[in-house]
Amino acid sequence: MIGGSLALYQAMEVLGHAKETQFAGPPKLSGAPAGASVLVLGAGLAGMLAAFELRKAGYKVQILEYNNRPGGRNWSLYGGDTYTELGGETQKVGFAPGNYLNPGPWRIPYHHRTLLHYCKAFGVALEPFIQLNHQALVHNSKAFGGKPMPYRDLSADFEGNVAELLGKAIDNRGLDSQFSAEDQDKLKEALRTWGLLDKDMRYVKGNRSSRRRGFERPSGGGVDGSPIPSDPLPFKDVLDSGVWAVISQHMSIDHQTTMFQPVGGMGMIGKAFGKQVEGLVTFNAKVTKISQAGGAVTATYTDTATGAVKEAKADYCVCTIPLGILSQIELDASGGMLAAIAAVPYSNSVKVGLEMKTRFWEEENAIYGGISFTDRPISMISYPSGGMHSDGPGVILGAYTFGAASYKFAGMSPDERVRTVLEMGSVFHPGRYKEQFTAGASVAWSRVPYTLGCCAQWNEETREEHYQTLVAVDDRIVLAGEHASYIGCWMEGALLSSLDAVTRLHKRALEA
Amino acid sequence: MRILILSLLIAAPAIAAPKPAVPHPGAEVYQNVCQACHMANAMGAVGAGRITALARNPNLQYPEYPISVVTGGKGAMPWFRGQLTDQEIADVIDYVRGNFGNRYNKGPGGKVTAAMVAESGVAAPTRGER
Repeated sequence: MIGGSLALYQAMEVLGHAKETQFAGPPKLSGAPAGASVLVLGAGLAGMLAAFELRKAGYKVQILEYNNRPGGRNWSLYGGDTYTELGGETQKVGFAPGNYLNPGPWRIPYHHRTLLHYCKAFGVALEPFIQLNHQALVHNSKAFGGKPMPYRDLSADFEGNVAELLGKAIDNRGLDSQFSAEDQDKLKEALRTWGLLDKDMRYVKGNRSSRRRGFERPSGGGVDGSPIPSDPLPFKDVLDSGVWAVISQHMSIDHQTTMFQPVGGMGMIGKAFGKQVEGLVTFNAKVTKISQAGGAVTATYTDTATGAVKEAKADYCVCTIPLGILSQIELDASGGMLAAIAAVPYSNSVKVGLEMKTRFWEEENAIYGGISFTDRPISMISYPSGGMHSDGPGVILGAYTFGAASYKFAGMSPDERVRTVLEMGSVFHPGRYKEQFTAGASVAWSRVPYTLGCCAQWNEETREEHYQTLVAVDDRIVLAGEHASYIGCWMEGALLSSLDAVTRLHKRALEA
Repeated sequence: MRILILSLLIAAPAIAAPKPAVPHPGAEVYQNVCQACHMANAMGAVGAGRITALARNPNLQYPEYPISVVTGGKGAMPWFRGQLTDQEIADVIDYVRGNFGNRYNKGPGGKVTAAMVAESGVAAPTRGER
């Protein structure tokens, strides 16, 4: 946060607004020194936003990009697309036209105001992304004999039982030392309302609890219109299901309502940013060396289409190359900067898209969007938030893996990933999942040629030792990207980092 | 880690690597973890950057170097101390040093043991991710 934007931010804070973001509007840079130029390395969101804002400020801008498309990790794989991962496996995506997998980012929190701002400015249509769906399922191999249960039933029973137990703690004088008798009465009333307890503070079968967890026989019309309440589940099994972890995940600020996605795939954002910087980008450019000799920045790159080695030169440079790759490039920067670049490893993740003939989860299970969770290595499956209530085919996100499971999946061939994921996910929809499958696609981030991983993996120690050095302007170069932010792994981090970087680089240029 | 590996093995037979009669305990670790990047044939790969080939790699001659890399990470490669046990780390290094065209497990350093990992390995970060 710098100068005017900080003042505005503080002013808004006083009014009780804007605590959800550091974004205070676009930077409004102007008055670039006559003839000054900037070389941007990487046409991901950070690089393209840097180019957009610096060109507006009056700089001559050129972007070098390794891929043959703009967007970087902002990317959708559509039916008909071809993707070759490291190791040489090529997938031709067999989805129906318009269907897609978002291999990287796939949802946008409502408070990612930078991204939302530029989506609107650049004409990206958004639609709601369903994160929390009460009708979606929770599967744990150690609960309910391995049978997936609706989140609705589990979360209702979890909260009802917790409320009842806390009520008992009050009745057993367990809270006497912390609350006055009056406050204990208030808390009991709160528990009764929140946990749907009966007049005796019990969470029991009845209309009251069924209004949340659902009825055995739902309300109807005519002769059999009266509803029949359902039985709460045994609390021990509810605990074993791990539903509390799912509840908690939905509560985090990253996943709270409202979330968005672009209509037609996350890659629409990269395409829209690409339009804004059209003509500035040299694609298929593999950077091999970055020099700061002679009062300029010179990048040596190989045109991967022709093999020709070329140079690009400018007064300044915004470098958004992921650190795992940048650490392998001959870079003329301070020892501290080089150490910082080398100190941050990249996490891994694997996503697999599974196209199904029909949207059976909607038609048969009344699951419209949202996520079903499992303790199997696929960790979750997510139902499409776009095109709801249409006829198929639709694409389910069949796996979103982290940690150990992501390495295991990344080590498989694309075909094997799809087979394995189908098998594991069929626990949610037996008799349908494998049977309705038409086509699969997968991206293992450890094998993505332009990142060598998913995102920067900072920890408290590396933040302390290297972060400020990494984000500082190093003579004529400044780094930007999600790795240069505290909103790691999110597009918002890339954009905020980019705005901060160009603001400081512009200041540096004006002081030169 | 072990729970995940077990459940994965049930659903997905490991990709066939050249198998000795009694599989080396490091082979399974290699398949479950290392080949995500270094590839089943240990040849690595080249894109915008490079994933090091472990096949016929002279840096494996002495165990200390691979121990420091696997425990502490290097560049884009994360640390695996704490993700894998010292025994698993020893097994997989021993496996790679004796396979993929490497014959270092008979040379200096010999067999890599968990004790060697404990002695010269890099400690995992003690404070959380951020």
